[in-house]
Amino acid sequence: MKGGISKNLAFRCLTGLSSASVLVVVAAMLATLAWESFPALRHFGVLRFLSSSDWNYSTGTFGALRPLAGTFLSTALALSVAVPVALGMAVFLTELCPHRLRAAIAAALELLAAIPSIIYGMWGLFVLAPFLEAHFQPLVSGTLGQLPVAGPFFRARLAGGVNLFTASMILAVMIVPFISSIAREAMSQVPAMLRESSYGLGATRWETIRWVVIPFSKMALAGGVILAMGRALGETMAVAYVIGNRHAALDSIFSPYVTITSVMANEFNEAGGLQLSALFSLALILFLANFMALSLAKRLLGGRR
Amino acid sequence: MSGLAARKAWNLAAMALASLCALAGLLLLATILRDVLAEGLGSLRLRLFTQDPAPPNMAGAGGLRSAFLGQGLLTLAASAMGVPIGVLGGTYLAEYGRDSRICRLISTLSDMAVSIPSIVIGTFAYAILVKPMGGFNGWAGAVALAIIILPIIVRTTEEMMTMVPWALREAAFALGAPYCKVITSIVWRSAMSGIFTGILLAMARVAGETAPLLFTSFNSNFFRLDMSQAVPSLTVSIYQYAASPYEGWVGLAWAAAFVVTVLVLMLNILGRVVIRLRKRG
Repeated sequence: MKGGISKNLAFRCLTGLSSASVLVVVAAMLATLAWESFPALRHFGVLRFLSSSDWNYSTGTFGALRPLAGTFLSTALALSVAVPVALGMAVFLTELCPHRLRAAIAAALELLAAIPSIIYGMWGLFVLAPFLEAHFQPLVSGTLGQLPVAGPFFRARLAGGVNLFTASMILAVMIVPFISSIAREAMSQVPAMLRESSYGLGATRWETIRWVVIPFSKMALAGGVILAMGRALGETMAVAYVIGNRHAALDSIFSPYVTITSVMANEFNEAGGLQLSALFSLALILFLANFMALSLAKRLLGGRR
Repeated sequence: MSGLAARKAWNLAAMALASLCALAGLLLLATILRDVLAEGLGSLRLRLFTQDPAPPNMAGAGGLRSAFLGQGLLTLAASAMGVPIGVLGGTYLAEYGRDSRICRLISTLSDMAVSIPSIVIGTFAYAILVKPMGGFNGWAGAVALAIIILPIIVRTTEEMMTMVPWALREAAFALGAPYCKVITSIVWRSAMSGIFTGILLAMARVAGETAPLLFTSFNSNFFRLDMSQAVPSLTVSIYQYAASPYEGWVGLAWAAAFVVTVLVLMLNILGRVVIRLRKRG
């Protein structure tokens, strides 16, 4: 009998230690990133590091402003395209699509969300970038680009199709299946009774969606969008191919630019000293931003359960 | 009656817009899949699997045999670390830690750790394993991948084991089995297909990861089993070859992308089939 009890205890300790490993790994990650980024943050000062747009190897000054702006802009642009399309898809799947097709399309979307980002990146480089350069850029340059003040910002200056806009679009393509999967699930959890009551009052399908389905699932929808935002913030391979990684002032959405992840993917291996520490600081910023987005998303998604 | 007509018109417009979104989105995604499959199949040659990388000026030669081996090694080493720890950790959360606050915290943390950007995990592995050891090595890559799969497996194991009805455990207790025996031969067995699916999905995720390997295992052209040196992987090879100006290398990148895509889709489909079989059986 004694053997059974000690075996029990041993098993309990083994599993307990294993579950603690998650805590240890995340804490160690935070500590290591903070430790490695300390030299750069001390040398430049946190505020100056965040607000400086200087990224110069020869003078050894490194500021995070451009990568931060690039990550923010590409994510915002990607979300503004992806969210309406994904919500439209979710509405179609829950309200309009014939029942027989629903499960198949939903499964296909989940599979597409699982395709590795490097595949999306490669497709972006070889298919999307040339396509946008040949067909979309001339269109925008010819219309929005002719505006009096904002015009130059919409005019293409460099050839190649490798730029902030292309990077945002590939991000958008990547997160569409992700958002629409979550939105579809959220919308399909609206009780049939609520829908029926709305129809019973004489509401049209659109009015039911607008005043019943969306209000009911708005927390989960917001959670899904923020989850997608977290994913877009940290996306590396898809962006690294098509952003161009050029440290220069952004003069047009069709110009190459940098993001936190593109700088890391392109420069980490050759960096040393202060530059390496600055790259670790960028990693730390990304880690914290992602964590904040996720805890917010978790709160929104978990609120209903 | 014009109010009704207007409402009907709005409804029609909104529904048309939603259908258009769905159609456009699905078409776009189908195009990506078609492009990858078509380009990949077009450049798929037997030498992709049987030859090692060749210089770009040797047209019609060279493959990624070393990268296949390297990818296998990295995945194997990562699973050897991540799977047992993940399953055991998930077991503790589901069995011993139901009411403990620290276990709720670990569970939430694992949920969030699933979405930590993989490049950040790569920098972490670089700091703890590449810098002290003085060079790129396979172990650092394997550890980075293990950190990625650990929270996925912890969470799926926990979820699958919590779904096992409590009465099953009580029946085993009544037969006089100690708790560890109840867990290993009753709960694990009933949750096995779910845990297996979790492992498959984690493998699918690891098979396509590139960013955490860029500055840990890096890349090399050698066909060898040495994990203390740089280890080639399919994804990093795709990244480097696709960005190169040589047509032969770009072709290899497409072929490798095809293989990776098919592998990831297969693992995902297999995982779903396993779960469905259990639900039916």
